Amino acid sequence: MALPKYTEPHYRIWHYIYLFICTCVFFFLIAPLFVIFPLSFNAEEFLSFSDGMKRLDPDAFSLRWYKDMIYGTKNPWGLAAKNSFIIAIFATLGSVLLGTVAALGLSSRHMPYKGLIMATLISPMIVPLIISGVAIFFFMAKAGLAATHTGIVLAHIILGTPFVVITVTATLSGFDHSVTRAASSLGSDPVNTFMKITLPLILPGVISGGLFAFVTSFDEVVVVLFLAGLENTTIPIQMWTGLREQLSPTILAVATCLIILSTLILVTAELLRRRSERLRGINR
Amino acid sequence: MSSEEQKILTTDGIPLEVSLKKAERKNKIKAFLLVAPLLLFLLITYVFPIGDMLMRSVDDKMVTKMLPKTFKAMEQWDGKELPPEEVFEAFYFDYKLLVEEKTFGKLSTQLNYTKNGFKTILKKLQRKMKKFEEGNYKEQIMAVHPRWENVEYWRAIKRRAPAYTSQKYLKGIDMYKNEDGEIVNVPEDRQIHRVLWLRTLEIAFFVTLLCFLMAYPIAHLLATLPMKYSNLLMICVLLPFWTSLLVRTASWMILLQQQGVVNDFFVFIGLVPDDARPEMMFNKTGTYVAMTQILLPFMVLPLYSVMKTISPSLMRAGKSLGGTPFVAFWKVYFPLTIPGIGAGCLLVFILAIGYYITPALVGGASGTLISNQIAFHMKSTLDWSFASAMGLMLLAGVLAIYWVYNKLVGIDNIKLG
Repeated sequence: MALPKYTEPHYRIWHYIYLFICTCVFFFLIAPLFVIFPLSFNAEEFLSFSDGMKRLDPDAFSLRWYKDMIYGTKNPWGLAAKNSFIIAIFATLGSVLLGTVAALGLSSRHMPYKGLIMATLISPMIVPLIISGVAIFFFMAKAGLAATHTGIVLAHIILGTPFVVITVTATLSGFDHSVTRAASSLGSDPVNTFMKITLPLILPGVISGGLFAFVTSFDEVVVVLFLAGLENTTIPIQMWTGLREQLSPTILAVATCLIILSTLILVTAELLRRRSERLRGINR
Repeated sequence: MSSEEQKILTTDGIPLEVSLKKAERKNKIKAFLLVAPLLLFLLITYVFPIGDMLMRSVDDKMVTKMLPKTFKAMEQWDGKELPPEEVFEAFYFDYKLLVEEKTFGKLSTQLNYTKNGFKTILKKLQRKMKKFEEGNYKEQIMAVHPRWENVEYWRAIKRRAPAYTSQKYLKGIDMYKNEDGEIVNVPEDRQIHRVLWLRTLEIAFFVTLLCFLMAYPIAHLLATLPMKYSNLLMICVLLPFWTSLLVRTASWMILLQQQGVVNDFFVFIGLVPDDARPEMMFNKTGTYVAMTQILLPFMVLPLYSVMKTISPSLMRAGKSLGGTPFVAFWKVYFPLTIPGIGAGCLLVFILAIGYYITPALVGGASGTLISNQIAFHMKSTLDWSFASAMGLMLLAGVLAIYWVYNKLVGIDNIKLG
């Protein structure tokens, strides 16, 4: 952002102060994530930079903690990763299914009590997690679903659907309903119309909602802490226990993997958002 | 022409109005059926359990159910002097039943909450009771322990008669009902919850303020830079947003520890001596720093989406009309960003007020919030009714904030990126 030539000196100074502040804030946002990378390759058992690392001595770096993460004896990460993926995948499927169908209903202009119902549907996103955790725990305990995968999947469906409802309703708000009417007038039945016309058009919204639901489930720890037994441990639970008890560099290796995963998700989400904007641009 | 003939009919002879209404109703039902599965699912698994929390938080049926005869007999008693023989007799039979069922321990725990000293005298009564003779229970019970002659203890029992209680809520704000039924404060040295509520509000407020001060300039930069630069910088905001909360908390634990990077840096530039590295974690500082960084994207995104819609020509117009850049900013630009500020602050404040994970990990004893207390009672003391009461008080606070926000700004103005 170049300043015009005629800018007075004191505004010029202000402008540089402003840029300096922005740089600091961006640094504050992103720098903490990058501390984890080098430390996860630490050859020693400490969580700070050893003298060897500061000298960039190759012997001070190793893949030891990554090996420990994958092959370590009695190590919980394998089971935790398996559980996390299973739970997140089923929770995402459930959220997408329930959320998309509900969003279709909500976007209809015939929907009665729209405001009230919308508020109920997105309430799990608004209510502080700890309260949701307590309430869901009471339900699962009564239903006999505490400490089961099913219970956790259901809990994550509750927390994930609001995101799907919001993204899909947003996509549908720019949706041209005359295309579905055109399909019907050409003799297509409602299911066929949905699969062939509506779904492809709202797919970017559905997928990005699904991504939100996946991340919510994959990263969720408050509710799982109430619900999970030893068998249902997930990656966040293991991280939580590890961070509370002893901070081992293995956690940093796991954290690095998670950062890579979130980068992939970020790229996918961005691409989808742009595609969705393009698609809706055509409709306009 | 009569009015009958004026009505427009559809091809099958039904008046158009009726036919239209029918179609409308059909559409309504169709829309509702689509929403119904999710609505039903959430009602059963989520909304009703919150109602269940409410029931649990006021429920006090335990003692009521354990001493049914006693409470019935006590209805006539005014509580001024020792109760009559009937009450003693009823109490004897109630307690005998509990001893036979081996549930009398629960009663002594419960009554001990109301008044200290019940444990000893109930235990003693249980031992002596075997030798009781029929009739004149008043004298026999009073002979067991002098405390049974004290009318205070009988009043304490009577206070447990109602099936519902506000006790858990009062406890949540460090108050209780004293022996005369007045609501009074807990002695100052035993007040713990008020401090926590105030600290939660304080931390949520300052985290919101810090987030606002940091997010405003960068949201402005992102909104005014050309697309190709701003997209790159946006990654700095979005990557933390998508990264696991625990990963971000872990990185702060590494940065803030005593041998950590931040302290190393302070020592390096000579700000602090090597042997007196400040404690930056397990206290409020840790909570503030980590929570601000973690919640910052939630402030940047709404601000950015509002700022993007503000045309740069408005600022130029302000300046060309004679305003200095500061005046133009303050009178033109800033008021236009208020919906974004509102949405961002609401979001960050609500998230901060219910935060649990980060304060528990980096907050230590002085940086924990009300959520940590709720989790503590859920998992450690197992006082679920108290945890429910605290949770509902927090929920009421959150809903009140939404209500105020809706009145001031309008909830529909919220935009999330």
